[in-house]
Amino acid sequence: MLANIRPVDERECSRVLAEATASHTPVAVLGSGSKQQIGRPMHTATSVSTRGLRGITLYEPSEMVMSARAGTPLEQVEEALAGRGQMLAFEPVELAPLTGGEPRQATIAGVFATNMAGARRIKVGAARDHLLGVRAVNGRGEIFKSGGRVMKNVTGYDLCRGLSGSWGTLAVMCEVTFRVMPVPEDTCTLVLLGLPEEIAIEVLCAAMATPFEVSGAVHLQPALVARLWHEGLRRQGQALTALRLENFAKSTAYRGARLKEHLKAYGEIHELDRENSSAFWDELRQLSVLQGSDAQLWRISTSPSAGPKVVAAISAYMECRAFYDWSGGLVWAEVLPTTDAGAADVRRVIATHGGHATLIRAEADVRSAVEVFQPLEAGLQKLSRKLKAAFDPAGILNPGRMYANF
Amino acid sequence: MRAMSLVALPEPDAKIVARREAIVEDLRRLVGAEAVIGDEDGRRAYETDALTAYRRLPLAVVLPASTEEVSRVLAYCHQHGIKVVARGAGTSLSGGALPAEDAVVVGVSRMNRVLEIDYMNRIARVEVGITNLGISDIVKARDFFYAPDPSSQLACTLAGNIGMNSGGAHCLKYGVTTNNVLGLKMVLMDGDVVEIGGAHLDSPGYDLLGLVIGSEGQLGIATEATVRILRAAEGARPMLLGFDTSEAAGQCVAAIIGAGIVPVAIEFMDRPAIHVCEAFAKAGYPLEVEAMLIVEVEGSNEEITDLLSVITEIAKAFAPKTIRISQSAEQSAAIWKGRKAAFGAIGRISDYYCMDGVIPLGKLGEVLVAISHICDKHGLKVANIFHAGDGNLHPLVLYDANDAAQAERAEQAGHEILELCVASGGCLTGEHGVGIEKRDLMRVQFTETDLALQMRIKTVFDPKWLLNPAKVFPLEGRSAALEAA
Repeated sequence: MLANIRPVDERECSRVLAEATASHTPVAVLGSGSKQQIGRPMHTATSVSTRGLRGITLYEPSEMVMSARAGTPLEQVEEALAGRGQMLAFEPVELAPLTGGEPRQATIAGVFATNMAGARRIKVGAARDHLLGVRAVNGRGEIFKSGGRVMKNVTGYDLCRGLSGSWGTLAVMCEVTFRVMPVPEDTCTLVLLGLPEEIAIEVLCAAMATPFEVSGAVHLQPALVARLWHEGLRRQGQALTALRLENFAKSTAYRGARLKEHLKAYGEIHELDRENSSAFWDELRQLSVLQGSDAQLWRISTSPSAGPKVVAAISAYMECRAFYDWSGGLVWAEVLPTTDAGAADVRRVIATHGGHATLIRAEADVRSAVEVFQPLEAGLQKLSRKLKAAFDPAGILNPGRMYANF
Repeated sequence: MRAMSLVALPEPDAKIVARREAIVEDLRRLVGAEAVIGDEDGRRAYETDALTAYRRLPLAVVLPASTEEVSRVLAYCHQHGIKVVARGAGTSLSGGALPAEDAVVVGVSRMNRVLEIDYMNRIARVEVGITNLGISDIVKARDFFYAPDPSSQLACTLAGNIGMNSGGAHCLKYGVTTNNVLGLKMVLMDGDVVEIGGAHLDSPGYDLLGLVIGSEGQLGIATEATVRILRAAEGARPMLLGFDTSEAAGQCVAAIIGAGIVPVAIEFMDRPAIHVCEAFAKAGYPLEVEAMLIVEVEGSNEEITDLLSVITEIAKAFAPKTIRISQSAEQSAAIWKGRKAAFGAIGRISDYYCMDGVIPLGKLGEVLVAISHICDKHGLKVANIFHAGDGNLHPLVLYDANDAAQAERAEQAGHEILELCVASGGCLTGEHGVGIEKRDLMRVQFTETDLALQMRIKTVFDPKWLLNPAKVFPLEGRSAALEAA
């Protein structure tokens, strides 16, 4: 009889999943479980957690590569990296507190399984772009690997990216190998206040089109500025547009000055020093402005110029508060709770402007009733179902977590 | 050039070959006579790619002008069980575009239009027959560029880059194809057209884009792509560092990265490579050193000067024989000309077999020693070129193609070198792909389970296994793996 299982190595994980497939027992796939309130609610009596698979197994700072067992706490990974002046460049965001969970619980494999990246994604790519290798167990209980520990690898199909963002529905990751980057020597932030949304996104895009390597480009509506932890910024009480530069100190000074000059027509530009910059971007990484609210929350990826149009169109149907990341291309949109989270309207808007929307925060019955992940066009849905079956023919891994029927 | 003999190719399906004339007629009806090449001379032009030792005359060649035409051709071939080999510019070094006597080549070279350039959102939407450099050329006037830069970028198509997940010298900073493509329009083998991703970041659902890119034309034929275009840096400048040993050069790379500097490119050349390239490009490479690094950084003039002086200080700990910073745009161009022309320059003095293994940087010294032992054993010379920042090693095994025994020894040496790369913690191919060349070595890197899973994914997209047959997966064991599925 399977129960809540915490395998201590990949062989045990393999045995457990083979048994689950043989007995057609659905299992919830977990790291720490910190993101369990996200996705479609599942009806699984048993779970397999990677928390028993812990520890950093390889770290070569001069090759910018680290391997860690799946259940290694993200915090432990980041501490080890910080000790050598390095970091996970894609800046994984903290999701758990959005749904009432404790912060700092995430595991490293959970970060890749959900492919969550923060503000720096526009410059350096998402979690999926940093995953070099994976060892995992599929639904049949087969142990497999893909990729490796080197930066470049086109040997065979790229299952690392295939597993990224699959929310535990294809395989249980046992060990991940990923690219790491040096922590920049200096950070500075340029801030503009009170810009209308369309203009703000124009500023972000204009900054991204300079050679100064902007590594964060965000815009917050006033209602969300009011929730910032940073007191000085919160007190501004106006829409806030921010651009981050990271580099050697001489370069951030030079590039900051050039960028200010470039954007001066848009109004007064304030500058945050290194300490204030770090505090600001750190709280954005924790999604501070979206915490502590009972509003339903959508995460929408679209093209930057479409961002404000999407928000305006949604606002025509329902009250909506928005935090724009990725130069305007990622919209975190809070809407007042309803029984369907406005899904039909949100998806109609997306169909017009392009992109996809995921319902991150809503009550379980709402997440059961509407499509949490963007519904797929028929051809892609067919491929996705068959892909799921190639990894997990009995459909035991996180059944229904992403889509109702597979 | 004589054919190498190590990689077996399956016997063509005689029934399909016998129907060649009728199939050509059918294809002409589907896409117009001018888009189908049926005569032998015409087909001969498509018999090989850049792995010229292998040649096969294709059944027919189709050059469609639209997604709709690709769809019609694939649906027809799917219905009649005819194999299909997709082709960009035919620059594959691994035989990825090698045709077969019973397969139709679908070349995308006529589909090379730019559909949309959007500077605000920093994307370009293009047909995939456009050349790699063609994308950068279109956006250059606005100081933008498309980042992946394989050495063949003047000729190779985006289609081929998508198939092989191509990289290049500058991918240390900017990533490879999979990091720079946001969306694809793709025709599946049954003729269905799917759109994966789009003008936004990160696809919904499974990362099919990630699976398709680098699948060597075995999952579908892409016809349009949305790619990221980036604003170019204010400037870039390379420096040359020469060392007495390869180990010192490798340690210097590790120290630069360890100091928190990620240059846009770090290229390594050993003594034989330096000499050949200098003779060709007159780049001012140091001839008295055993190993040389080209380190390039980007930024404003002042930033570049600062960074290169920091790198110079770091390098001094490894007793460099040469430290030379480029003083002009002409010098920079010459330095890169030598490197980018390396394969051609070496090709002028000898036939060579170009390997594409990847190793952890820390193993560079010992791997180079072992490579020279392998080549000595086979009585062959070798020159090594290495994307040092990301561990991608290109040993060029020199041989005489008119000497069949030597050609076979070169291929054997190459296989031993790749096995060495895997044993050192690396992999068989960093950017050239598996193709036919490394197909039979896949078991060196993967278990049967690993391969069976990849083959099941192939079956998801192409149930009859008609796309780019006889590539990537070893021929033996295919049916067993799929039956077990």
